[in-house]
Amino acid sequence: MANMISRSVEGVVGWFNERTPGLIPAYKKHMSEYYAPKNFNIWYYFGSLAMLVLVNQIVTGIFLTMHYKPSAAEAFASVEYIMRDVEWGWLIRYMHSTGASLFFVVVYLHMFRGLIYGSYQKPRELVWVLGVVIFLVLMAEAFMGYVLPWGQMSYWGAQVIINLFGAIPVVGVELTEWIRGDYLVADATLNRFFALHVIALPLVLLLLVVLHLGALHEVGSNNPEGVDIKKVKDKETGIPKDGIPFHPYYTVKDLFGAGFFLIIFAFIVFFAPAMGGWFLEWDNFIAADPMVTPAHIKPVWYFTPFYAMLRAIPDKLFGVMVMGGAVMILFLLPWLDRCKVKSIRYRPMLHKVLVALFCVAFVILGWLGAQSGSDAQKLVAQVLTAFYFLFFITMPFWSAMGQTKAVPERVPSHD
Amino acid sequence: MANEGVNTGRRRFLTASTAVVGAVGVGFAAVPFISSWKPSARAQTAGAPVDVDISKIDLEPGMRMIVQWRGKPVWIFKRTPEQLAALPALNDRLRDPNSENADQTPAFAKNEGRSIKPELAVIVGICTHLGCSPSYVPELQPQAFDSEWQGGFYCPCHNSRFDLAGRVFQGVPAPSNLEVPPYHFVDDNHLVVGVAPEGAA
Repeated sequence: MANMISRSVEGVVGWFNERTPGLIPAYKKHMSEYYAPKNFNIWYYFGSLAMLVLVNQIVTGIFLTMHYKPSAAEAFASVEYIMRDVEWGWLIRYMHSTGASLFFVVVYLHMFRGLIYGSYQKPRELVWVLGVVIFLVLMAEAFMGYVLPWGQMSYWGAQVIINLFGAIPVVGVELTEWIRGDYLVADATLNRFFALHVIALPLVLLLLVVLHLGALHEVGSNNPEGVDIKKVKDKETGIPKDGIPFHPYYTVKDLFGAGFFLIIFAFIVFFAPAMGGWFLEWDNFIAADPMVTPAHIKPVWYFTPFYAMLRAIPDKLFGVMVMGGAVMILFLLPWLDRCKVKSIRYRPMLHKVLVALFCVAFVILGWLGAQSGSDAQKLVAQVLTAFYFLFFITMPFWSAMGQTKAVPERVPSHD
Repeated sequence: MANEGVNTGRRRFLTASTAVVGAVGVGFAAVPFISSWKPSARAQTAGAPVDVDISKIDLEPGMRMIVQWRGKPVWIFKRTPEQLAALPALNDRLRDPNSENADQTPAFAKNEGRSIKPELAVIVGICTHLGCSPSYVPELQPQAFDSEWQGGFYCPCHNSRFDLAGRVFQGVPAPSNLEVPPYHFVDDNHLVVGVAPEGAA
């Protein structure tokens, strides 16, 4: 009996293998024979968690589109309809809105991991660059998604963000009209943002994730020590001695991380979906009114660091350039860092202090971007914005300074 | 056989010309899709002039009406003699006190109050920075954002400030004065937003 089952399984596998001979090699390359360093720590959860959230957004998003109406006249009411009248609609919507914020939580932590362990350094430059492109597309995706409920913050947030393009000389004003499809944010804008949010950008995101992982699996994963595990391979098998197959070792580890993450996720969904106004802003529970701007307008928390930079600059074009530049400069990171070692563990104290200050500056900017912006706050934002850019611009100099520790041949905890 | 007598020059020319023709084709095919994003015919015709009855604006000083023109808020408000008198004193703190920039100020409104009738202001209530609608703070008293406030508009989005003639202050993100729409008076109690006075530019 068992013999018969195994023979028929073999038969089916063989049938597929003859017709798509690439499938099993692809599974081996990316899962069962992808050798990842054995010393991954907690920071290595966030890549797989980002994928988990992406799946959550796609699944909950598909169900939301079944009840949502992408028109200026009906959008706000249809979201309330989902919340009150659709069975379990509130849960699906809160999973989607909480997922959006947690997407940025895990992506920011994922980027922080790359920053401290030098994961962007040669030969992983392209992995980092593709990651920044994903971050950009994710920002566009999140922004357009936030417009859809058609609340006051949706409306005025869209007004402000679209008008950023108006700062571009000569073509600016026409460009904003082209984006909006009207002379102000209106039904046409909402309708096209819906199309972009539910189909165009998710397709781009999925493609980029495939490229990001493909590029990573070509060069192999970095690790907290910044040790190149491909240097020491088993002579017979050619497998890195400090590498373990991704499946089952890291699939199981990531499953544990997913379980832990989902507990936090569920807690927020059930007990604090608005997160005190940080995940869902109070003003967005009021329907969009083109005649009145809310007294205190601010973006959702994940955009506030960049928003604080925009507001710190008392000039329209320069402010927009600074805001855009703050994201664009991330692309250059692999070439700005001149340090011989990857991981922060082997870097001099100066690097540790600067990276720590950079993170503190980013968090404070995030807080400032959510405030109303007094003169004192504006001054602090200006200082921190200058620091943000100086951190990158002077990186070629300070990253080459100081005494680095010798990086061992192998992961120190081996055998 | 296939490799014998290959004219590589001709092959390269054919490859290149096919690529160029293909790229031009893609370019032409993109036009309808890109153009479909422009304001539609319906959006373009929605910008009709608006008739406004202003007979009630005299009820109390500083009262403001908001009417919608081309989807934008247009403020119509009456300035008190004290407020009007305070305007010239602000000139040093403004970016464009004399409204030299014709993009926001039509010739008929290029005067001290940026209006046809000195006391009655008609201004598009959209901040020239990023398009928020500034708040009306008409009181001549110090404010949290300006200790020498002489009344005007304060944008909650990025702290831009304008005086009661819609003129922008220095040191704020907004680059220019608030826009004065084309408008004219039909009679003492009626004005039309969207059409400039006859004979005016």
